[in-house]
Amino acid sequence: MAVAAEVVAEAQLVEHRRGFWQRWYRTPSFVGGVSILGLIVLAAAAAPLITQHDPAQQDLLHSLGGPSSSHWLGTDDLGRDVWSRLVYGARTDLRVAFLAVLFPFSIGTLIGLLAGYYGRWIDTVTNWLVNVVVAFPFYVLIIALVFVLGPGTRSIYIAITLVGWVSYARIIRGEVLVAKRRDYVLAAKAGGLSDARILFRHLLPNVITQAIVFAMSDIVLDILAIVTLGYLGLGVQPPTPDWGRMIADGQTFLTTHWELSTIPGVAIVITALGLSLLADGLADLLRPE
Amino acid sequence: MSLGAYVVRRLLHLVPIALGVTILAFFLIHLVPGDPARTILGNQATDQRVALLRHQWGLDRPLPVQYEKFMGRTVRGDLGTSLFYGVSAGRLVLQRLPVTLWLIGFGALLSVLIAVPLAALAATHRDGIPDHVVRAVPLVGLGFPAFWLGIVLLFVFGLHLGRAFPVGGYGNGFAGHLHSMFLPALTVAFGIAPILVRSLRASLLEVLESDYIVTARSKGLPERRVLARHALRNAVISTVSVLGVNIGYLVGGTLVIEQVYALPGIGQLMINSINQRDFPVVQGVTLVFSVMVVLVYLLTDVAHALLDPRVRFE
Repeated sequence: MAVAAEVVAEAQLVEHRRGFWQRWYRTPSFVGGVSILGLIVLAAAAAPLITQHDPAQQDLLHSLGGPSSSHWLGTDDLGRDVWSRLVYGARTDLRVAFLAVLFPFSIGTLIGLLAGYYGRWIDTVTNWLVNVVVAFPFYVLIIALVFVLGPGTRSIYIAITLVGWVSYARIIRGEVLVAKRRDYVLAAKAGGLSDARILFRHLLPNVITQAIVFAMSDIVLDILAIVTLGYLGLGVQPPTPDWGRMIADGQTFLTTHWELSTIPGVAIVITALGLSLLADGLADLLRPE
Repeated sequence: MSLGAYVVRRLLHLVPIALGVTILAFFLIHLVPGDPARTILGNQATDQRVALLRHQWGLDRPLPVQYEKFMGRTVRGDLGTSLFYGVSAGRLVLQRLPVTLWLIGFGALLSVLIAVPLAALAATHRDGIPDHVVRAVPLVGLGFPAFWLGIVLLFVFGLHLGRAFPVGGYGNGFAGHLHSMFLPALTVAFGIAPILVRSLRASLLEVLESDYIVTARSKGLPERRVLARHALRNAVISTVSVLGVNIGYLVGGTLVIEQVYALPGIGQLMINSINQRDFPVVQGVTLVFSVMVVLVYLLTDVAHALLDPRVRFE
C-alpha cells in the first residue's frame, strides 16, 4: 500500500515536470525572466573576458572621465573603470544574494516541515519565534545584526538567515497542514513508513513548490538588502566592487556626474525585474492545474 | 465578541511577542564577536576602561541577571546611556521620533493615494491595456532600492525641475514639514505602493463580482457610484490590512530614506550611532522600531474589527 502511494506521488511529480517542459516557452514572464537573468549571469561569469581593466585599479590622472573606447562607461572619482566595476559588482552581488537565500530556504523549510507535521509544542514555539522576528522591521533587524556581527559578507549571510527563515517556515508549515491530511500521506502512514521517509520522500516534494517560487522573489529582497548595506558602508567591503557602494560613491558627484549613481541603480532594477519575472513565470508553471 | 473583549484578547496575544522582542534586542550585544566591551570601545581603549564598561553594562554577571536588569530598566522607559553623547538614549530617540512618525504617516497616506486609483483603473479594465500596465507596477516597482530611488527623486526634483523641493531637512511648521517631507514620503510610498496595488486590485476584482455589486448595478446606479461607494469601500478594508502587515517593510525603509534626505529621525540616529559604535542607542532604536510595528499590528487589527465586524467572530 505504501509502495502504491509512493508510485502515485511519483506519477504526479512526473506529470508536473512534463507539464513544465511542455509549457515553459509559452509563458512570457518565465522566458523574459530567464533571458534577462541569463544575460546578467553570463556577463558576471565572463567578467574577465568582457572587461579590459581591473575593477579596483585606480588611475587618478583619469578620474571622472567620460565614456571612451578604453572606458566604455567612463571612470569614477578614483579613475576606476565603471564598466569593470559594474560587471564585477554583478558577480559579487549575485553570488552573495544566491548564497544568502540558500540558508534561510533550507532552515525555514526544515522548521516548517517539522512544525506542520508534528504540531504541538514544536508548532507553538515556531509560531512564537516567527511572530517575534516579524515584529522587527526587515531593514532595522538586518542592519542591527550586521552592525553587531561586524561588516562583511559573513555577517550578511548570518543576518539574512536569522531574519529570512520565517517566511519559508510559514509557507511550508501551511502547505504541510493541508497536505498531511491527503490520502497519499495517510496511506504512507498506514503502511508503516517512518516519519523521516514520509517527511522527506512524500511531503517535501509536494510542498516545496511554493517555497521555490517565494525564494525567487526573496532573492530580490536580498539583493536590495545587500546593496542597501553596501550603500551604508556595512556590506561587502572594498576593494571588492558592489553596486550599493558604487551608488554611495557616486552620490557625492550627483550634480556633475549623475551617471555614476544612476548606472548601478539601473543594473539593480533590471536584475530585480528579471528575478521577479522568473518568480511570476515559475508560479504560473508550477501551479497545479 | 464585543469590541472591548476583542481588543483585550489581541493585547494578551501581544504579551509573548513583546517578551520575545525584548529578548532578541537584549541578545544583540551577545552576538558581538569576542568581548563586546572591547569591540565597542575599540583597540585604543585601556583595559581599565573596558573593564569599567563591562561592569556598567553588567556583562560580568550571569545572563538571567543581565536580562532581568535590562527588562527592569526597559519597562521604565530607560534605554541606557549613549556612549557618544553621554545622555539618555531614550531622550535622543524621543527628540527624533516625530520626524520618523511624520515620514511614516505621510508615506502611508501617499501610498494609498497612489495605489487606490491605479488599482481601480486596473480592476475596471480587467485584462485591458490599463490592467496590464498596472500589473507590471509591482513587477518593476519592487526592484527599486529605496535609497537609489531617493537619490533619483532628489536629483530630478531637488536639483532640477525648478528645484521645487528642498534637498534635505525637516522644515519648520506644518506647511514646512509638508513641503520638506514630500520627496522622502514619496520615496517611502513608492516602496510600498506596488504591494498595495497588487492586493487592492485582487480584492477589487473579487468585490466587483459579488452579489451586492450586481444588485447595485441592476438598481441602475451609475458605474462610478458603484465603484466609489460600494466596491472601493469594501476593498479598502483589505488594503488597510495589507498596509498593516507590511508596515514593517515600510518602517524599515524609512531608515535608509532618512539617510538619503538627511532627515533628523530615529533612522538617521541609528545609522549615525552605528558609525559611532554607540551600542545602547542602536539597541534602543531597534527596540523602539519593533514596538512601533507591534503597535501598528494592534491598531490594524482593531481598525479592521471596527470596519468589518465579521473578524471579531472568527
